[in-house]
Amino acid sequence: MKSGTRNNTDLAVLKPFNYSPTGSVHDLQFSRWLAEFSPRSLIFFVFLFSLWPGFALAQSNYSMAQALEALWRWLPFVVGQGFVLNLVVSFLTMLIGTIAGVLLGLGQISPLRPLARSCWFVTQLFRNSPWLVLLFIVMLAFPFEIEIGGRVFQIPDWLKAVFGLALPIMANISEIVRGAILSVPTGQWEAADSLAYSRHQTLWLVILPQCFKRMIPPWMNWYAILTMATPLISLLGVEEIITLSRQAMEAEDNHPELLVPFFGFALVIFFAYCYPIARYTLRLEKRFAIRQ
Amino acid sequence: MSDNDWTPDQPLVSIRDVHKSFGNLEVLKGVTLDVMKGEVICIIGPSGSGKSTLIRCVNALNTIDSGSIKVEGQEVHDPNLDKLDLRKKVGMVFQQYNLFPHKTALENIMMAPLKVLKQPQAEVEERAHKLIKRVNLGGKENAYPGELSGGQQQRVAIARSLAMNPDVMLFDEVTAALDPETVNEVLLAIKDLAQDGMTCILVTHEMGFAREVADHIYFTDRGVIVEHGPPATFFTEAKDPRTKEFLSQIL
Repeated sequence: MKSGTRNNTDLAVLKPFNYSPTGSVHDLQFSRWLAEFSPRSLIFFVFLFSLWPGFALAQSNYSMAQALEALWRWLPFVVGQGFVLNLVVSFLTMLIGTIAGVLLGLGQISPLRPLARSCWFVTQLFRNSPWLVLLFIVMLAFPFEIEIGGRVFQIPDWLKAVFGLALPIMANISEIVRGAILSVPTGQWEAADSLAYSRHQTLWLVILPQCFKRMIPPWMNWYAILTMATPLISLLGVEEIITLSRQAMEAEDNHPELLVPFFGFALVIFFAYCYPIARYTLRLEKRFAIRQ
Repeated sequence: MSDNDWTPDQPLVSIRDVHKSFGNLEVLKGVTLDVMKGEVICIIGPSGSGKSTLIRCVNALNTIDSGSIKVEGQEVHDPNLDKLDLRKKVGMVFQQYNLFPHKTALENIMMAPLKVLKQPQAEVEERAHKLIKRVNLGGKENAYPGELSGGQQQRVAIARSLAMNPDVMLFDEVTAALDPETVNEVLLAIKDLAQDGMTCILVTHEMGFAREVADHIYFTDRGVIVEHGPPATFFTEAKDPRTKEFLSQIL
């Protein structure tokens, strides 16, 4: 599955014996998939989309023009309140997930065995759990308000959703960090050891600066995946783009002709946002691969 | 170092009956040797005879199973050993150079004195410039390792190690990965160091060089020291058949 840019051969014997020993560092499947939509395939989607008026007109007297006009009217609501919340959730999740993931990843390579084992366990647990299950657990387990110093703070649903999404992101960032650190040749550790660097100094002065760049493409890959996954939180009632689109359609009497324009629009806006990210991720990946 | 009664007239590095296994494979089967201050010793022998393992034990990159290794009277085989303290005294140069690729030649040399020894910037910088000239790399201060040839990288690695002012230097097959035409420049740098009175332990395949710079040569095979002696007699009057066979193959 890992068709790396580093391999220009199909002969198995010519490939490195242990091609990706460190796991997910170069695993950019999602970005690759997304970035490889060619203009031709996009035309195909537009063609499919253009079939819709034919079906719609045949079914009722609610016209395509009316449906599009409804979408146009609701656009500020769907985008301004809905999609913006998706983005806010994606930013915050990435922020929290990255901080927690870096700590967890560093924990995984700790020389303290119990710490390393438990960080590994937490990582595997959240990496291999369905996101929706994690979301439900956080939704139900978290209180809807907390008391700090006598004052009661409400925790809005979308913030709980951020914590729920941050768990799998944290676990995957943790693997990226661990993989990147392990991909630095052991000679670098030994050289630093022989120069009397402490473990802490070795990590921060020698190892991490070398693998920082290698972590950026997979990190961006996960950001795109996360953004695409934010509509999941509509199932929990968070008022993001999908929830608001449904509300808008209800306000327009739930004509079935509305489904394609509204959800089609959501599809397009996510694609338009994530496609450049995926392209840029692959460009960075290529650039760093050459330099390293 | 408080309860240490080591004096400079005793061996600087003292290795006594060292045993070391990797799993079921015993690579060191009771090795004993002494290195006096200012002495240059070369360890030679076929691949897999435990040469590299032995010198990696001297700065505690590898642990030993039994026996004793003392550096300036400090037991390396002590679980309470302050490894950082030991490694400040023992410099090491590797076969694969292992320069830090994200730092320039000068930064590679300056980093450890600045960050580990916390010496003042101006002093370290002055010393680093001197060292880089000493290994004949004046003008390459701001080059990154990737822009240097193997021989140049290895000389930066030597300078980087020297910047810590070690009392003894370990060289682990430092020319084995080099192109033939750059081997000499590295050997010259080591020779210069040896003639300057630096205590050196070299693992090497360069017999001509060993003959020229070593005070004492040790031949190891299958984890033991088979034969040793000063170069003048070692190469001409080898007695053990294994030594003879090795020398006949390599010379």
